[in-house]
Amino acid sequence: MSVITIERKVLEKNDEIARLNRALFAQHGIFALNFVSSPGSGKTSILERTLEHLIGRVRIAVIEGDVQTDLDAQRVAKYNVPVVQIVTHGGCHLEAKLVYDALTRITLDNIDLFVIENVGNLVCPANYDLGEAMKVVVMSTTEGEDKPLKYPGMFRNSTVLLINKIDLLPYVNVKLEKLRQNAFQINPSLIIFETSCTTGAGIPEWCDWLVKKVPAAE
Amino acid sequence: MHELSIAQNVIEIVQQNLPPAPHPPVRAVKMRVGEMAGVVIDSLEFCFSAIISDTPLKGARLEVERVPVVAHCRGCELHFEVEHYAFSCPSCENIEIEVISGRELQVVEVELLDEKVEAI
Repeated sequence: MSVITIERKVLEKNDEIARLNRALFAQHGIFALNFVSSPGSGKTSILERTLEHLIGRVRIAVIEGDVQTDLDAQRVAKYNVPVVQIVTHGGCHLEAKLVYDALTRITLDNIDLFVIENVGNLVCPANYDLGEAMKVVVMSTTEGEDKPLKYPGMFRNSTVLLINKIDLLPYVNVKLEKLRQNAFQINPSLIIFETSCTTGAGIPEWCDWLVKKVPAAE
Repeated sequence: MHELSIAQNVIEIVQQNLPPAPHPPVRAVKMRVGEMAGVVIDSLEFCFSAIISDTPLKGARLEVERVPVVAHCRGCELHFEVEHYAFSCPSCENIEIEVISGRELQVVEVELLDEKVEAI
């Protein structure tokens, strides 16, 4: 029996392209976010509210990742920002190469903030670096307080947690304090905002925090 | 369900490291997968076996070594296994910890059946 030693990372190709994406963002002074969540937690709605708040303050572009349809890109396009839809045709996450290809379809010179909305999935997107500055995980109050414990990889790898749909708290059996405690158990340095896209609660606070991270913002 | 694309990447990496054909059959591919790598081993094994039939890896077994999540406390220097995803030091409760292992997703080595075994 002969043995060939390999010792290579399975996702090395993805990581390599992610480094290229990161270099592209840096070269153009762009701050890039990777928006992750389970389906239906309100990523696109938060993105819409964020666009409403930040258009005029920073120049924003969006990549929308979905398994099927360009419905989300249509929603974002109404805000007159550059948007590219990636349809994965069944793929459960975005990979760095898909983002790299999408970046070739946008003029990067006039952009300060790039939001990459990943496919709704709390497992696979945690493993794929896209070249972003940080991951922002969204979860809604309807998903239950145990979500961070069930999907530790995603919450551990994210910088920000947006707890969305807080207007529904009176109607759902979830304890916000317990949810926060679970999230901090997985990632003690998480920055948490509580938001509602219906009432607008928490959106200004989130946007003000975000805009400070964008190098080009005044 | 990204195990399929992971299996494809594994096969690609192994093929890049095999000697030129004809080479002995591959007996096993050994991998190291962290507890926090977000990979379902059963699913990875299933995907691997499903797609190797038309490749030089036909008949190979996937052997996975699970790597626990281990961290180092920056406060009291304790080395500990992270249990139940509690990312703080069990001794001094410090949250300034460094995760040392548990996110691995690596192809370690391949074993080829040598001629002697082949002849049997």
